[in-house]
Amino acid sequence: MTAASTSTALPTAEQHGIKEHSDGRFGFVPVQTRNDRFRSTNVEDFPAVTGREAVWKHTPVDRVESLISGALDGSAYAYDATPADGISVAWVGRDDARIGSAGVPEERASANAWSTFEQAIAISVTGEEAKEFTLTRSALGTGARAAHTIIEAAPFSQATVILQNTGDAQLTENVEVILGESANLTVISVQEWNDDALHLANHFASVGRDARFKHVVVSLGGGVVRINPSTHLVGSGADTEMLGVYFADAGQHLEQQVYVFHDAPHGRSRVTYKGALQGEGARTVWIGDVLIGPDAVGTDSYEQNRNLVLTDGTRADSVPNLEIETGDILGAGHASATGRFDDEQLFYLQSRGITEDEARRLVVRGFLTEIVQQIGAPALQERLQLAIEAELSSVPGAGE
Amino acid sequence: MSVLEIHDLHVTVETDQGTKEILRGVDLIIREGEIHAIMGPNGSGKSTLAYTIAGHPKYKVTKGTITLDGEDVLAMTVDARARAGLFLAMQYPVEIPGVTNTNFLRTAKTAIDGEAPSIRAWVKDIRETMTRLRMDSSFAERNVNEGFSGGEKKRNEILQLELLKPKFAVLDETDSGLDVDALKIVSEGVNRAAENTGLGILLITHYTRILRYIKPDFVHVFVAGRVAEEGGRELADRLEDEGYDRFLTEANVG
Repeated sequence: MTAASTSTALPTAEQHGIKEHSDGRFGFVPVQTRNDRFRSTNVEDFPAVTGREAVWKHTPVDRVESLISGALDGSAYAYDATPADGISVAWVGRDDARIGSAGVPEERASANAWSTFEQAIAISVTGEEAKEFTLTRSALGTGARAAHTIIEAAPFSQATVILQNTGDAQLTENVEVILGESANLTVISVQEWNDDALHLANHFASVGRDARFKHVVVSLGGGVVRINPSTHLVGSGADTEMLGVYFADAGQHLEQQVYVFHDAPHGRSRVTYKGALQGEGARTVWIGDVLIGPDAVGTDSYEQNRNLVLTDGTRADSVPNLEIETGDILGAGHASATGRFDDEQLFYLQSRGITEDEARRLVVRGFLTEIVQQIGAPALQERLQLAIEAELSSVPGAGE
Repeated sequence: MSVLEIHDLHVTVETDQGTKEILRGVDLIIREGEIHAIMGPNGSGKSTLAYTIAGHPKYKVTKGTITLDGEDVLAMTVDARARAGLFLAMQYPVEIPGVTNTNFLRTAKTAIDGEAPSIRAWVKDIRETMTRLRMDSSFAERNVNEGFSGGEKKRNEILQLELLKPKFAVLDETDSGLDVDALKIVSEGVNRAAENTGLGILLITHYTRILRYIKPDFVHVFVAGRVAEEGGRELADRLEDEGYDRFLTEANVG
């Protein structure tokens, strides 16, 4: 790249001294902009994963090796679907025109799934009335598997699509979400897998002009669960609300790498993820990337992550990143906090007559409810509240 | 008539330098409706007494008794003490992330009364009490003490005192860090609680200025972990003039 080909408003790599060193690092220059990461649908284009890559460094790659580089079963699988007017679901071939229109893999497990899936599930949403649809996967089995899902919301359509995941799984998958102009779509991915399940997912959303996209990740069950949603605000006035709630128990690794790309004017994004950790080896990771591109004037963006540590022996990583390539925005902010529910808090609540059990429940419920209440699917919200309560009571130390 | 009795109380705390005895034989009897001021220099054990009554796990009772109407307080858990009618307004109230004040107050009230308060009366109660304490209504929906200023935290403690209606309240340096306006508001709240419920109060303070607004029936001077002198209100006036010097000198000699 020469200086002449670069906008004068933007810093160049050279200005910042970001160039190849002469110290024998084999010409390696880190990717400087979130949108410049290497992409390919072919797994062979990605080198072997070492665990030191930005996208893998917080993930226990040894536990998900089979999904990153193993052979995968890409065949169709059994699912349950609740019928809803205006929503159709069908298997489609790899030649479907929508495939690849919302995103392309940026890491090896995602590309491994893309290279292997034989057919994709396509969920098509039409009609302006609000409706709710649930796709349940509960019998994926214990073999390593690939999957591909397309969710397409027609212009002006409105719906809530719930992806409910239970049972066993060793799954790497890509989910593409395409919102037409003024569509209003909520996609909720609920992970309530069995304890040993492995699940790596990349969700790619393309949000059209004036469309509203709410994306919710709920991760409660599974051994290693990593859901990485990327939302590309393509059309002017596109709006996204990206929410997440997770509760890691002993030995669980729950991760999410969230990316919002403001690529058009007057977009709005809100990213709010909240998690609780309890038990030896409970581990959570949240990475939030927001990129406000040079055309995204008038952008209003805020991302935040909050973690509540309930016991010793846990670890929460929280990494907010914000890149702004235009000065003409309404606002961009980020926040991250990881707090501990400690003995002094317990003492304070107990000194007001509240029992230890109730104190713990009060704090966790209050903390996570903020997200649960925003999901916008009443029956699911109610069920998730109970599931969170069950998480609390199932952990040693909480019920003493 | 309710009575809180403390007899020959000895309390130790673990420090980096080993076990340290903080309270060395405290005797106090507080009856319903009485206001006792505990005054003393820093490090005399005032706050230790407060936390020991409430049951903080850091403080270990090695000797002596605390009873509430004859019941053994030391045998009770922290929450059981609160349900029995004890309340501690803390010097440094703790922030509770994720729990709104409203939710906290309702949960505490339900725990103490053994049943949920009737919604309409309860909401009215909270609103009126907050208004009297000059607390903005937004504090109801904020997380407990999170981001509150020092003065706001103290008012929040008194809000709980008024709403939970304990038999005995220990106010641990509730006056510290308050400007004169906030001090008056907080004092009014304490006086209201005393009038309305016949509350017995153990008012712990370093300074005499709160005693202009809350009139003690008894004053106890705490030095080196025990009561060095007792008297009526006039003792506070004398302390205001003379400070704690004469007690410290005696303590050092002894």
